[in-house]
Amino acid sequence: MENITGTELILACSAIGAGLAVIAGIGPGIGQGIAAGYAASAVGRNPGAKGDIMSTMLLGQAVAETTGLYGLLVALLLLFVKPLVP
Amino acid sequence: MENAILMATESKVDFMIHGLFSYELFGHTVWITTSHVCILIVMLLMIAFAVVVNIKMRHATEVPGALQNVAELIVEMLDNMVRGTMGKRGRGFANYISTIFLFILLSNISGIFGLRPPTADYGTTLPLGIITFFLIHITQFRYQKPKEIWKDMCSPLPPWLPIWFPINVISEIAVPISLSLRLFANVLSGTVIMALVYTLLAKFAIIWPAALHVYFDLFSGAIQTYVFCMLTMTYISNAMGSEE
Repeated sequence: MENITGTELILACSAIGAGLAVIAGIGPGIGQGIAAGYAASAVGRNPGAKGDIMSTMLLGQAVAETTGLYGLLVALLLLFVKPLVP
Repeated sequence: MENAILMATESKVDFMIHGLFSYELFGHTVWITTSHVCILIVMLLMIAFAVVVNIKMRHATEVPGALQNVAELIVEMLDNMVRGTMGKRGRGFANYISTIFLFILLSNISGIFGLRPPTADYGTTLPLGIITFFLIHITQFRYQKPKEIWKDMCSPLPPWLPIWFPINVISEIAVPISLSLRLFANVLSGTVIMALVYTLLAKFAIIWPAALHVYFDLFSGAIQTYVFCMLTMTYISNAMGSEE
């Protein structure tokens, strides 16, 4: 354990941090699922409005996706740009 | 590494922006990257299409030919989209919305032709967000009185108590950042996953990555284009205030 350099330690911790950051994907997953579920029930109640419901659902889902993408961005920055390595 | 942030690193998985050549400008090293080249290709394609259609439409016929049909279809679709979201007052914005729609759509789809999508570079999407930001505020000052804007900015509390004002300012500034980051991160995630498939699964990547291309480049790209334009239109029509 003595021969681990500081840079290697930072890289290892960055990898763990990247893994933790993409946990952010849970939230948008739940949110998009809820949106899709309500859209499905809405189509069941009113099949004629399928086009409108679809576009509204996709718009809402794309907006909900943003927070998960922030987590992904943090992970990618930690892994490939390595901002913590001096 | 210092002057090549977010450019190609030495790792084997390659989805980064490559610097092609650099030049000195006022003491700074400026890189011409693959993003610039891909943007240029997309722009040349759009300009060529516009010029050809323009020449063709001078002799427009009653019964449209193939090219005229396609052009009319595109224009009609975009016009309907703008009119459906912004109403009558949005007619002046149809040109801007159509332009960014076609540009973002072509940029996102260009991944399928082997280019690195220009929208997977934050330098492309941030300007789009900033243009939208200025458009929102110029529209707001043109359509509303300063008193109304002040009332809007203090919105949950009465106008004589501007405690909420800084928070509203932050939420205004967050608009272009979230708009551009959403588009950027979506396209980038597709690019990263395709690069991972092609390098780490290189031996098994036969034919089936086509399905991934359809999802990440075509479906996701089209959805994100639609979302960007839709949000831009919504923000602008909010800035116009209520219709008298």
